[in-house]
Amino acid sequence: MDRRKSIKSIVLGSVAGGLALKGCNTAPEEIEQSVAQANKFYGRTPMERERDEAIASKAFFNDHQRETMVVLCDLILPPSEEFKGASDADVVSFIDFMAFDGEVENENLQTDLRGGLMWLDHTSNDLYEMDFKSATPEQQKAILDKIAYYNPEEPWDERPFEVNFFSIVRNLTMTGFYTSEIGIEELGYKGNQPNVWDGVPEEILAQHGVSYEPEWLAKCVDQSKRNIKAEWDENGNLLT
Amino acid sequence: MQIIENSTVYDAIIVGSGAGGGMATKILAEAGLKVAVVEAGPFFDPADPKHQTQLKWPYESPRRGASTRFRPFGDFDAAYGGWDIEGEPYTHVEGTKFDWFRSHMLGGRTNHWGRISLRFGPKDFKHKDVDGYGDNWPIGYEDIKPYYDKLDKLIGVFGTNEGLPNDPDGYFLPPPKPRLHELFYIKGARKSGIPVYPSRMSMLTKRINDERGVCFYCGQCSRACQVYADFSAGTCLIFPAQKSKGQVDLFVNCMVRTVTTDSEGRATGVSYINKEDRREYKLKGKVVVLGASACSSARILLNSKSEQHPNGLGNSSDVVGKYLHDSTGADRAAFIPDLMNRKVSYNEDGVGGMHIYSPWWGDNSKLDFPRGYHLEIWGGMGMPNYGFGFNVNDFNKFFGTKVGGYGDILRSDAKKYYGATMGISSRGESISRKENYCEIDPNVVDEFGIPVLRFHYKWSDLERNQAKHAHDTFEEIIHNMGGEPLGERPGADKNYGLHTPGRIIHEVGTTRMGDNPKTSVVNEFQQLHDVDNVFIVDAGPFVSQADKNCTWTIMALSWRASEHIVEQLKKQNI
Repeated sequence: MDRRKSIKSIVLGSVAGGLALKGCNTAPEEIEQSVAQANKFYGRTPMERERDEAIASKAFFNDHQRETMVVLCDLILPPSEEFKGASDADVVSFIDFMAFDGEVENENLQTDLRGGLMWLDHTSNDLYEMDFKSATPEQQKAILDKIAYYNPEEPWDERPFEVNFFSIVRNLTMTGFYTSEIGIEELGYKGNQPNVWDGVPEEILAQHGVSYEPEWLAKCVDQSKRNIKAEWDENGNLLT
Repeated sequence: MQIIENSTVYDAIIVGSGAGGGMATKILAEAGLKVAVVEAGPFFDPADPKHQTQLKWPYESPRRGASTRFRPFGDFDAAYGGWDIEGEPYTHVEGTKFDWFRSHMLGGRTNHWGRISLRFGPKDFKHKDVDGYGDNWPIGYEDIKPYYDKLDKLIGVFGTNEGLPNDPDGYFLPPPKPRLHELFYIKGARKSGIPVYPSRMSMLTKRINDERGVCFYCGQCSRACQVYADFSAGTCLIFPAQKSKGQVDLFVNCMVRTVTTDSEGRATGVSYINKEDRREYKLKGKVVVLGASACSSARILLNSKSEQHPNGLGNSSDVVGKYLHDSTGADRAAFIPDLMNRKVSYNEDGVGGMHIYSPWWGDNSKLDFPRGYHLEIWGGMGMPNYGFGFNVNDFNKFFGTKVGGYGDILRSDAKKYYGATMGISSRGESISRKENYCEIDPNVVDEFGIPVLRFHYKWSDLERNQAKHAHDTFEEIIHNMGGEPLGERPGADKNYGLHTPGRIIHEVGTTRMGDNPKTSVVNEFQQLHDVDNVFIVDAGPFVSQADKNCTWTIMALSWRASEHIVEQLKKQNI
């Protein structure tokens, strides 16, 4: 099921009701906005909504920073014929929100992001006499090759700043992308919908070299009887 | 400002709408009584689309489900509240620590909990006889068993009858089949002689009545179920009570300050602050039933000072607030190489939580700690949420390949390791001690002008030794599974990974029950020794915690106490 489409049609339904009265001039942007608002409404208390709206109304990145972030995030998860890229999931807007909302690895995210973006431009200017986003992809990758790898056994606070900066952006890009609609689709996650769990499929068990024991399965739910009301004998044996 | 008095005289005023208060509401209302339920937070119904977080996608949250101060267990968790509530502080005696989780809303913390529903066993009520620590309960398993039996049938809990000596059988719904990582755990645990059984949790894997739906396996019980297929006190106790023959008046966003008393020292009702207009109101009742949570009920009693009760209501023993104890907890995560490269062709959300668990198996007479712990198992191919893809290929270090990078390699690494992490948590019994307590801080009030709690809590070596043992167990099982334990093994400097008291959110014992009014606060029917028309139905009356979760026992005891209240009211004894 395409969930976004279904939300859209629900919202379109209600907007369409208004259209009949007002005429047919509602701009597509307005409809998109309604969809976005419906998406935002997820059981928030008034205090939470106030806070979320306050954050969403601010922009952390200036235009130059945002453009640089788009380039950087698309180097991390590039668009191609096979895959969607980070910018297709608008990862930068998510990172912009998180800059006001949270912290990563106990560092001050705002300073790290600002400082890291400046570091990219300083380095690019020193090497190529232009800012990072204007450099060629090969030149950009040459810079990333110096900061993209780390030794996980080395404590975070002993690694160079620019390496940690890149780790933060990589982490947020990965999370931002794989929690988006296109990212979840790429990952192939099949859940978050009503279903009837009846165990791990046989081929998966075989792939991983495990199996169900008949004695254990005998205790488990018979899903064909899930809707029959439970009754027990006086010893606690299920009769239905 | 004048206090506004309601002229209605209720048969009972119930403070709090969680497990204990909810159960009291149901039993008293079904007996045809007129009850007032006073809840400090707002109304909540997961069937109302405005309140729903269930089946939402991570991208519907601007922070993709990350936690906030309002929801420390993530943006989609159903429970409002947390460790730190604005305007409602608590304090500590220097050098001690206790983290207090509160959830002010209809149903209270039952909207959050893991639904692990374990009966206490015969030994748990008489553990002093076994090892000399703490105290025995004035009641035994046989006193509470009929209520556990009724509770299983009323609320619904899946599990299996295994005939274990201290983990009693019950009336179980059939459990779900194990997930893939759980099959690995079963093999690993058994190799060390640690038993594994289907878990015991209150989700409906099978229909029990026409009012509640059947589990549809979204794995999101912590988000509250819109078809009421999991237990929460609002959906399974308060709402049915409202439909019963009794009268239930629900007062939400109302924070109880004190229990009011007359010149003879008997309770006359409660005084509360309406959070919406910030004015004080009074309700009158024949009986007051406190179910505000172990610490909140102790706070109300201690704040209810009068000429007749100068040390606080029901506190002639000076025991109110004492013997506070939480479950112990420790955890370890692991990387399991045999769970790499999983096919994502199927949905393994299952119920919200584990399908298997290990009850305590050890012989404490041969160990350096007196009480046990059970093991909880987590992992699987869950819904991506905030944090997914962080340090995406750190596990490359186990294969000697480069860690970090950029580009499409990150995509294949994310998929390679998706679902290859699992973890084990221990939840154990601590010893209840008089020296661990909450009391009124004379210098601090909350924004409603109510004096707040000050905590004094320290773990002892008994709990530390237990946590150390748990970490040995984690590593052994993980190695048996062919896995790599993640992170550093916590040493003595970190209390062997023992969580801060309060963190497991099983705090009990602040108004302990007993036969002797000099050493306990309530009798076996959870009635104050000092005042016969005040009862406590939360976890305050627990004498000891057991290596079980406390909710099932709170409800069984509340049912028992509530039947006693009905009986006493009928006999006009109270």
